[in-house]
Amino acid sequence: MVDTRVSLAGVALQNPVIPASGTFGFGYEFAALYDINILGSLVLKGTTREARFGNPTPRIAECSSGLLNAVGLQNPGIDAVIANELPRLRACYGGPIIANISGFSIDEYTACCEKIDRQAQVALIEVNISCPNVHGGGMSFGTDAKSAAAVTAAVKAVTTKPVFVKLTPNVTDIAEIARACEAAGADGISMINTLFGMRIDLKTRRPVLANRMGGYSGPAALPVALRMVYQVYEAVKIPIMGMGGIASAEDVLEMMLAGATAVQVGAANLVEPFACRDIIRELPACMERYGVTKLSEITGGAH
Amino acid sequence: MEQHSYTVLENSCIARDVYRMLLGGPTEAFTAPGQFLDLRLDGFYLRRPISLCDLQPVGPVIVYKVVGHGTAALAQIKTGAQLDALVGLGNGFDLTKGGDAPLLVGGGVGTPPLYYLARRLREAGRQVQVALGFQSAADAFLCAEFRALGCTLHVATADGSLGQQGLVTDVLPPEAGYVYACGPLPMLRAVAAATACDGQYSFEERMGCGFGACMGCSCETKNGPKRICKEGPVLEKGEILW
Repeated sequence: MVDTRVSLAGVALQNPVIPASGTFGFGYEFAALYDINILGSLVLKGTTREARFGNPTPRIAECSSGLLNAVGLQNPGIDAVIANELPRLRACYGGPIIANISGFSIDEYTACCEKIDRQAQVALIEVNISCPNVHGGGMSFGTDAKSAAAVTAAVKAVTTKPVFVKLTPNVTDIAEIARACEAAGADGISMINTLFGMRIDLKTRRPVLANRMGGYSGPAALPVALRMVYQVYEAVKIPIMGMGGIASAEDVLEMMLAGATAVQVGAANLVEPFACRDIIRELPACMERYGVTKLSEITGGAH
Repeated sequence: MEQHSYTVLENSCIARDVYRMLLGGPTEAFTAPGQFLDLRLDGFYLRRPISLCDLQPVGPVIVYKVVGHGTAALAQIKTGAQLDALVGLGNGFDLTKGGDAPLLVGGGVGTPPLYYLARRLREAGRQVQVALGFQSAADAFLCAEFRALGCTLHVATADGSLGQQGLVTDVLPPEAGYVYACGPLPMLRAVAAATACDGQYSFEERMGCGFGACMGCSCETKNGPKRICKEGPVLEKGEILW
């Protein structure tokens, strides 16, 4: 009998498989498909202080191995998430919840985190710092070590829950950003967010996305994500939630060997709604196949 | 929503670039005309959302037009092949609101979901008028099938090679009591403007997942944002922001 349990910054998970933000809604709709209590945890749709519609459509573009999205953080706002979405999720899910918080200023991050901090079932906060900083010339918080550290410190000051900072891969040195977050008090790192890309329609000769550019996710991101998780594992001591192209139990093991303590599944949910269930089902046999009896022991095993 | 594997029982060309595919497999997940299914195709990352054209005892029927690489690959699939599909997606049309004599308006590849709608309305004893617009006679399809259901059919083609020359809005019968429409956005706009009555309009948008998870296909309505794949594709005329 293999042991799939992991501990993520003190939060006990029955397995390390977690649907990623933006690919699982607020969870309850997947409960109509399968018992989502089998999940290690789940990450809520990215939430901002105010309600957002997001970007104009089309905001999805297919790629040969994945997709681009420019959804633009559509969500009903933190108050509606707490009032409407969390109760619906609680009705069908008793496990730990990871809230995902975004903002366009430090005030927005802290306002959301203060409110979500009071939600008992939220075990952990994931802070998405890939958004543009409207007070910083529009540059993403996550592409500058000082801005990343400033968000981290501000959020840590208003919550007692573990804070994982979700890093964008669209930087020169992701280890430097991760170190800055760790120094500012982050309890963990989530990585990687989507890779910035675009597609062009040959018939119209215009970008496919109305927003012109968007974030790539899908199986082709896996080697990039593995490389970055591997690098950050050597740069920081805090745990890593690894994501980027995960689609199978073997991918989970590979991501953990690179340095992840838990693993998020993103794009795969969009093409195979049962992806997380299937990965969790195949995990024990996959562990046996590779001689793993205690999953938590393989984190960073490739170093 | 359910996920099933279907056997391709038929995949034949019925008009220029337009194919009819009969899929053998479960139909229980479909609860209303206007819903769609989402097909997994080898070599393509995203599934292909295709509207339901009819439900037969053996399985669902889809009618699709080759407009890109995905539908071109779909057209090459041979009888006997297996296709993975998510089925019963979207809200579909509400039959209870259409009154005794609804008008169905379709443009080009927006026509297929209206067939199953027409059949269900006819089975419920309604008088059904159908107005269809195509580019030309070579692009037209399902006309005989609508007539066989006992619908009154009005056809317009852009080049006049079938029915009246013009747009579908040129052949709308006067004084329609209720409209069910499916077609390209400019057609939906024109139909809504040309008719005073209430109705339901089926929209199209580029989708990521097709079942409400990614928020890729959202549109704004008077009742807040709606996902075309989940709270749509059918919207009430009164809530649409044109």
